[in-house]
Amino acid sequence: MTINRRDFLKVSAAGAAAAGIGSLAGCAGGGSGGSGNVVVIGGGYGGATVAKYVRMWSDGGINVTLIERNTNFVSCPMSNLVVGGERKLEEITVSYDGLRKHGVRVIQGEVTAVDADKRSVKLANGDTIAYDRLVVSPGIDFMWESVPGLTPELANTKILHAWKAGPQTVALRKQLEDMKDGGVYAIAIPKAPYRCPPGPYERACLVANYLKAKKPKSKVLILDANDDVVSKKGLFMAAWKDLYSGMIEYRPKHEISSLDANSMTLKFEFADAVKADVLNVVPGHRAGDIAKQAGLITANNRWCGIDWRTMESTARPGIHVIGDATLSAPLMPKSGHMTTQHAKIAAAAIVSLMSGEQVADPMSIANTCYSYVDGKQAVHVASVHTYDAKEKTFKTVAGSGGVSAARNEIEGKYAWAWAKNVWADALL
Amino acid sequence: MKRTSVVVALALLGLAGGAFANEANYGRNMAAACGSCHGTNGKSVGGMEALAGYPKDKLVKAVQDFRSGAKPATVMHQLAKGYTDAQIEAIATYYAAQK
Repeated sequence: MTINRRDFLKVSAAGAAAAGIGSLAGCAGGGSGGSGNVVVIGGGYGGATVAKYVRMWSDGGINVTLIERNTNFVSCPMSNLVVGGERKLEEITVSYDGLRKHGVRVIQGEVTAVDADKRSVKLANGDTIAYDRLVVSPGIDFMWESVPGLTPELANTKILHAWKAGPQTVALRKQLEDMKDGGVYAIAIPKAPYRCPPGPYERACLVANYLKAKKPKSKVLILDANDDVVSKKGLFMAAWKDLYSGMIEYRPKHEISSLDANSMTLKFEFADAVKADVLNVVPGHRAGDIAKQAGLITANNRWCGIDWRTMESTARPGIHVIGDATLSAPLMPKSGHMTTQHAKIAAAAIVSLMSGEQVADPMSIANTCYSYVDGKQAVHVASVHTYDAKEKTFKTVAGSGGVSAARNEIEGKYAWAWAKNVWADALL
Repeated sequence: MKRTSVVVALALLGLAGGAFANEANYGRNMAAACGSCHGTNGKSVGGMEALAGYPKDKLVKAVQDFRSGAKPATVMHQLAKGYTDAQIEAIATYYAAQK
């Protein structure tokens, strides 16, 4: 005979209620077990981590299928080192074979639709895959309308964002190599919230680090839609002044009104137009397209609301959303590291739910984010976030967290060690 | 065995086991958050302290010393301030049990 999972949950929940005890089934000793099928959309930091941890924490009891459009994982964190010529793309690329060794079924493909009622996803090749629980880890897609004049086609050829690591990273590197000495590189930063708050400022540093050595007459313009530097302000401003004086210029309150790709000119709401040789325009973000298709976006047409205890969507039961696509809790950054933390909350909850255990409140989570200011020195920002059961959200722990006292080479080494360890934790 | 009796038996088993599982998983989950830097189950691949099999008392003291400032650090002094003694204890207990 077989017991239907939902019947089992229903009956055991009723039994528990009758006995006046809030706890549900589970095996003692922490080995959770569980069974059923989990499908994960997206093999970035979040998707890879949740896939591995569900396999691990269910002792292999839960089947996990990961669907990812790219052949390999390419890390956004550290990709500015490739833009700046300090590392090669291969060094920030990891195969999905490690996940396969954990028993994850990795499918290279594109999910075109989620059917939340039938609990299945449809792939571009026509295949349909059923799930008991779905994890959507789609990262971000761009709001093209935030930059009038910019199209997805232009963004793939001439006006790069390089805000998703891979071919764009290499292409931006090529544009910088091709730029003449005395040229202008300009990066346009969207209004927060966006993925990787310190990322644009780090990129400006690493581009300047390259230009200073090879094309010292060049300029780096930071055109920020925000009122001020969004992250690690003092540390970045010190680096710009001490290391790249006369080369990097920071201009706040630069919200783009239009782009003319022919003349390589950006126009702004309240500032003079800027012409550049390399225009690196990062458009505004929202949750990735598949989140939109699946009806998971609940806030400002941009982000996915979730229950922080389980990372389950507030819009669609049975679907968990993690990473940059979520409506962030207060002071919670959209970072690769944070996404791995979301993934572990989701993995713990999913294994509990699929084992018929009561879902515990989520653990405390942390973020550690390093930025390079040149080829060797880095700075960090760190924070600890704890679940507030009353307000049903995560909050930073008062007195915890902070930034580096000053840029230093020790953290340059830690930054790379962070990358190697977080990749191993997610993918090996 | 009738379907209902299986379900009831499982439900009763559940009543006995649920609390244990959650308690055991608390340390595991708390430690997992540290694993993004320190490696899965504390098995660092290098450049970060490996915490798997780390003696519990030593780890508790190290984190408390980071927290108090007695032990200097680049980042751990800021992260340690986010954890209570009980949380540090749970994390250290889990890592000490890892081979």
